[in-house]
Amino acid sequence: MAGGLQDWKQHKRPFAAIAGAPLFWLLLFFLIPMAIVWLYSFGENAGPADIAISGTLENYKRATEWLYLSIFLKSLAVAALVTLICLIIGFPVAMAITFASPKWRPWLLLGIMLPFWTNLLIRTYALMMLMGTNGYANKGLGALWEGASWLRTLVGMQPLEAWTPVQLLYNNFAVVLGLVYVHLPFMVLPLYAALDRLDKSLIEASLDLGAGHLRTLMKIVVPLAGPGILAGVMITLIPALGAYLTPDLMGGTESQMIANVIERQFKRANDWPFGAALSFLLIYAMFILIALQSMRRDKGREAH
Amino acid sequence: MALFKRTPVAPLEYTRKTWMRGWVGATMFFLYAPLLILMIFSFNDSKRNVVWKGFTLKYYEKAMNNDSLVEAMVNSLTIAGLATVFSLVLGALAAVMLWRFRFPFKGAIEGTMSLPIIVPEICLGVAFLIFFAKISWPTDLPWPLNLSAITIAHITFCFPFVAMVVRSRLESFNKEEEEAAKDLGASEWQTFRDILLPHMKPGLIAGALLAFTLSLDDFVITFFTSGPDTITFPVKVYSMVRFSVTPEVNAASTILIILTIVLTAVALKLQGVKAIAESH
Repeated sequence: MAGGLQDWKQHKRPFAAIAGAPLFWLLLFFLIPMAIVWLYSFGENAGPADIAISGTLENYKRATEWLYLSIFLKSLAVAALVTLICLIIGFPVAMAITFASPKWRPWLLLGIMLPFWTNLLIRTYALMMLMGTNGYANKGLGALWEGASWLRTLVGMQPLEAWTPVQLLYNNFAVVLGLVYVHLPFMVLPLYAALDRLDKSLIEASLDLGAGHLRTLMKIVVPLAGPGILAGVMITLIPALGAYLTPDLMGGTESQMIANVIERQFKRANDWPFGAALSFLLIYAMFILIALQSMRRDKGREAH
Repeated sequence: MALFKRTPVAPLEYTRKTWMRGWVGATMFFLYAPLLILMIFSFNDSKRNVVWKGFTLKYYEKAMNNDSLVEAMVNSLTIAGLATVFSLVLGALAAVMLWRFRFPFKGAIEGTMSLPIIVPEICLGVAFLIFFAKISWPTDLPWPLNLSAITIAHITFCFPFVAMVVRSRLESFNKEEEEAAKDLGASEWQTFRDILLPHMKPGLIAGALLAFTLSLDDFVITFFTSGPDTITFPVKVYSMVRFSVTPEVNAASTILIILTIVLTAVALKLQGVKAIAESH
């Protein structure tokens, strides 16, 4: 491939014609806005609509106070839990799609992709509707409760007291469930891509030689599909860590995540420099996660 | 009973195992049940969303007569259309640049180009809020120029996706075709138009659909860049959901879900299921 590349110096005019617009756009509408945020994070409020960039580290100091640090850690824990649940639900689904008959596979894939393409807000709203105190989730639980109560009377015990609808929304549980709901397709698609690339004869060989399904999964499938699994984990973990909409709509006051705190600095609290510092801490956290991933990947490559 | 005689389940036929089918079925149920219920209840003749009271189209009528909702929808589609066109051009150029040339700091530029995909939406939204405030971007322009700030923000996070999709398509291009065209006297531009562009076409279609959906879907970045007069559909639905849950939201959402399905069907028709799956 490298041999086919043209040196930009020998083709200055076509290079300028091709590279000019995207590079200009990237500089003007991405790097400069990011740079301004970065500068603001070292600034302080000098007036009602005036921010002085004084080089202070006060914002970062405040951001690492326990109040904010705990929200950061909590967001990370929630994102990790969501990723884990998505992996547990998604892995068998990805396996099923990989080994489905050619007739079924495209439709199963489409079944996963359609929600992926559907508006995030609408999906969140649909879930909220279901989980309200009068929603179907509560009705289903109520029916189960009554069933249990009826079973108790059958064996001669006291029936349970009448079902009272539970508050499913506006708590940590709702946030985790909502994030899993939203991010599940993010996990299944890269998992499928990784599993599809596997040499299936290796799995057959392992099964023929007497290893069970679970052992084959652990010793053959997981190590070979490792990079793909890691990619799926990152694709789920990173947006879940920065999630704003789900905790905002489905969470209660105690289930706010870091993105909600950042938003508050810009809308209600009107403390832009502090919000900028929090934003950059979130970006640094992403960079660390990505660096960890590429380190693992390189290590894996060396080992082979 | 020969009709029901089944071949034994082969070791790799995981999809024929009952628990596996159950698992996939349950997952699909989890993914689709909320959306289906939302769509069904948009036809429900009741102010409260819970009990079925009979079929009605009145909430569609209401949604259609809700001027601010319609305006938000028109805004969203306009932004998505504009963002798609610009992202397509910028993304295709960026893909060709990375695929074709050797230039200094290539790795760094490539990395920077993937940043808008990686950086959390909230941070990008904040960056645009500060940026447009800092350069005091005019907010009182006539339609559709008042959508320019949102459109610019959308292009920034859409075009790297287009670049990614188009570039993976370019990997399969045979450079000898290009050389042959030049040997036969085609100019740089003719070669691009007649040789490279047709090869890029599937990637461009996939990229365009991706950009359109991403733009239509975006809430967080728009929320930070939109002013009081520039409401997009997700921002409008958000304020409606916050304010009160009405069947009108269901009706509007159903329209958008159907639009998504139509777009997916178009993509299917153009490319086939497999190609769409691979573009993600």
